[in-house]
Amino acid sequence: MDNKLEIQNFSFYYGQFQALINLNLPIRRNQITALIGPSGCGKSTFLRALNRMNDTIKGARAEGQVLLDGKNIYDPDVDVVQLRQRVGMVFQRPNPFPQSIYNNVAYGPRVLGLAGGNGRLDEIVEQSLRDAALWEDVKDRLEGPAQALNPGQQQRLCIARTIAVKPEVVLMDEPCSALDPVATLKIEELMQQLAADYTIVIVTHSMEQAARASHWTGFFWLGELVEYGRTPDLFTNPEKELTEAYITGRQG
Amino acid sequence: MRVLSRQQTQKVATFLITTVATLVVIPVLLIILMIFYNGMSAISWEFLTQPPRNGMTEGGIMPAILGTILLTLGTAVAAIPLGIGAAIYLAEYAGDNALTRTIRLAIVNLAGIPSIVYGLFGLGMFVLFFQFGTSILAGSLTLGLMTLPIVISTAEEAILSVPQAFRTVSYSVGATRWQTIRHQVLPNAMPGIITGIILGLSRAIGETAPILFTVAAFYLPNLPTSVFDQTMALPYHLYVISTQVPGMPLQVQYGTALVLLLFTLSLTFVATMIRSAMRRRREW
Repeated sequence: MDNKLEIQNFSFYYGQFQALINLNLPIRRNQITALIGPSGCGKSTFLRALNRMNDTIKGARAEGQVLLDGKNIYDPDVDVVQLRQRVGMVFQRPNPFPQSIYNNVAYGPRVLGLAGGNGRLDEIVEQSLRDAALWEDVKDRLEGPAQALNPGQQQRLCIARTIAVKPEVVLMDEPCSALDPVATLKIEELMQQLAADYTIVIVTHSMEQAARASHWTGFFWLGELVEYGRTPDLFTNPEKELTEAYITGRQG
Repeated sequence: MRVLSRQQTQKVATFLITTVATLVVIPVLLIILMIFYNGMSAISWEFLTQPPRNGMTEGGIMPAILGTILLTLGTAVAAIPLGIGAAIYLAEYAGDNALTRTIRLAIVNLAGIPSIVYGLFGLGMFVLFFQFGTSILAGSLTLGLMTLPIVISTAEEAILSVPQAFRTVSYSVGATRWQTIRHQVLPNAMPGIITGIILGLSRAIGETAPILFTVAAFYLPNLPTSVFDQTMALPYHLYVISTQVPGMPLQVQYGTALVLLLFTLSLTFVATMIRSAMRRRREW
């Protein structure tokens, strides 16, 4: 099995507090990996550690390795800005910029200089919106404000904005927690399509979502990875008692 | 023994507090009304477009109006780059260290310095040391310095009020810190920054003391042609005709005061307009 990311003996600290304890797991290429666990178990910290979004937090410190295609992203010679282009992120609340739909998607390609001329930029924007299953909704109002979209559309716009810079990995931090069930299903369908081109890691507090939409699942508890495995196995036949207690709702 | 019940005390308190608050409005209204009442009759096309004649007692105040406009522009040019630059540093780059604390302390102190001290500093620094002479350049720099604390603190506040999510998202697509500031933070903070600049300008431009030794002239037969020329200016002109010219018609004094008041009020008005337009447009 081909690993896009390889996490080895990874620990993470906020000052004195150890938020992640000696994690070891692979993230499989072009697969969807779900991270589940109760609030405060470290799953979001772990997700943010994968593109070093925690770096700006005071007193934050990482130990161990996160290998992206075999290269440790915490090596001193790694350019964080470039890393974030390769490992993109979709956030919990839909958070488009207060600008036009077009400019939201075009922002990343523009700052990275990905498009030579404006014709090329139009192409990138259209393709990204198509890939995010939003093109049909917005093709007639690209210059309209992003805030006018409904929350589900806004979140798909954020996904379009993320994939517009052609990342290799897409991290999703509870992307459906602010959405209704219909919009949630749309995002889950979209994830299945995106997995063909991207490696996806999703943090979710919904076990149903993890079970429905992921290939692999990691269960976090108090900063530790309790169990990791194929999603059907983990949900039907967990190895650890704690995992079983959590997924059946007896613990958590 | 209780003279008044709790309810009666409550009524008295409400009445007193409302009265005190209303009293605050009265001086403002009186000043504006008095100046309008006494000054309106002096305002004419000639008053606004002609230079003074007959020892300032006749003619207009055009050179002083023009000088104040020039000084406003000069002050803006001096204060804007420094002010916005410092605000960006404080809001986006500054760590909690000795340098940052020194800068903040300096800004607080800058705001507390009396305006006459700015005037003397301008004289020593710009007029004499840099040998700009008594000039629009020296006056603009002095006023610009005085405006800095207001520009910096309002600009910093505007920058900090831009939601953190915009920065996070910008970083997450691979933008650098400067690109994030340039393309997300500043555009969203701009209305607030502009408001701060205009308010700072409207304060500075009514000051007499800072321009006293650095730029203002009692009377000039010609209009300034370069930044190294002196100029007349409204506040100083008002000061001079009110204290130094015997037999000055009262309505000319009030007319000058009215023009100065309208100038600063219209700046404040523009700033308020921008701010409320921004609040309506803001969607986060």
